[in-house]
Amino acid sequence: MDVKQQKLNKEYQIYVQRKMPKSNLLRDCILAFLVGGIICTIGQAVNNLGKSYFNLNTEEASAFTAIVMIFIGALLTGLGVYDDIGKYGGAGSVVPITGFANSIVSPAMEFKKEGYVFGVGSKLFSIAGPVLVYGISASVLVGLIYFFLK
Amino acid sequence: MAKHRLGGQTVKLENPPCILSRATIVGKKEGQGPLGEYFDVVLEDDLWGEKTWEKAECRMYQEAAKMAITRAGKQPQDINYLFGGDLLNQIITANFAARTLGIPFFGLYGACSTLTESMSLGAMLISAGYADLVLCVTSSHFCTAERQYRFPLEMGTQRPPTAQWTVTGAGAFLLSNDMKPPYITHITTGKVIDYGITDTNNMGAAMAPAAAATIKAHFEDTQQGPDAYDLIVTGDLGWFGRELTIDLLKKEGYDISDRFIDCGCEIYSKDQDVHAGGSGCGCSAVVFGAYILRKMEEGVYKRILLLSTGALLSTTSCQQGESIPGIAHAITIDMDRG
Repeated sequence: MDVKQQKLNKEYQIYVQRKMPKSNLLRDCILAFLVGGIICTIGQAVNNLGKSYFNLNTEEASAFTAIVMIFIGALLTGLGVYDDIGKYGGAGSVVPITGFANSIVSPAMEFKKEGYVFGVGSKLFSIAGPVLVYGISASVLVGLIYFFLK
Repeated sequence: MAKHRLGGQTVKLENPPCILSRATIVGKKEGQGPLGEYFDVVLEDDLWGEKTWEKAECRMYQEAAKMAITRAGKQPQDINYLFGGDLLNQIITANFAARTLGIPFFGLYGACSTLTESMSLGAMLISAGYADLVLCVTSSHFCTAERQYRFPLEMGTQRPPTAQWTVTGAGAFLLSNDMKPPYITHITTGKVIDYGITDTNNMGAAMAPAAAATIKAHFEDTQQGPDAYDLIVTGDLGWFGRELTIDLLKKEGYDISDRFIDCGCEIYSKDQDVHAGGSGCGCSAVVFGAYILRKMEEGVYKRILLLSTGALLSTTSCQQGESIPGIAHAITIDMDRG
């Protein structure tokens, strides 16, 4: 690419950046905080319920909460509600474990038409996959550091 | 130079072909938009009783093609060529529909510019005497495009303000050498233009330079300005891309703002949550076929310039960090044969 074209491109890109309509960051942050907060409050309520009603200890109550929240996330995805929550909640609905359920159930629904092996089977982790790869890698790394520092 | 060429990119057709008949089919959301009453068929749901979104899109394509043929009082065997395309990998919609239609077929891929690409080629064939009847059909479907280019439908993601909404729709146009307005009189073929935009959620910015370049080339080649047209119509630049195109042309000394609309801005109303507007092969096809040609018949517009605009990216190219090249092809539609 010649220098003149590069200069033109640069000018155009700066101009587009300046002029393009931006997301309202403050509004998005507040909505993410509220939606994420509500999901986590529900999670806490489930946790408390597990402890007080089912007499679970702390570890069991955590597993119980995760199971219930994943179920709710998956159910709302199946009912076609979670994408509407995501539209407003943004990161607030992506980060909690319900968002993880959404990222697995939605490709499963979408790619069922390509069959259970090459559709659901291979596309199931197409979105959650990177999260797992780097999440698990990071936890191994942190674990190793902890092991040697201890 | 060839006899009928004007300047670098334009041809003036010796025997301007006419748009003999047309048909448009759209999805539910498009039917609820401001142009809802103009479309021939509005689907009640986007699956249309089929098993997959792809099958539904293919059926829309076929039905639009058949409807255009029937409306002209013709049979599929009367048609010399079918030109068409869509957005899916290996243009499966157009290929599979052509399998059923049984018309000699040229498959095209120009992303969302495929409508005017197909009409350009069809019009030149007829003008040159190689065909009597050419059918041009394009389609797009929100759900098939979304799963191919972006995320599963039920995935909870947030779309930025510059993102566009793929139109569910198919449009078919039967071109012939009859003497029945409107006619296609000029064709300006676009060049691939790339100003280095890499944001796949900002197709308007990627395509605007191509639209501006083709409009400018058309004006220069035909030695006319915006005044020669009642309306200049682009395919799917959206609200932001439309603004950029106006600005880019102003820099070149052309002010088109008072007669410039974009199909992507017209098809949805702003409260339909489509952000920057509609996009897709079907967008310019259904808006042009249903709304603009109707207004031309009613005498509101006499002469228009139609440009379909395409963003020539793939999921592979954008993941590898390539920029998004754009293209725009223009055709002049005139109620007079010139």
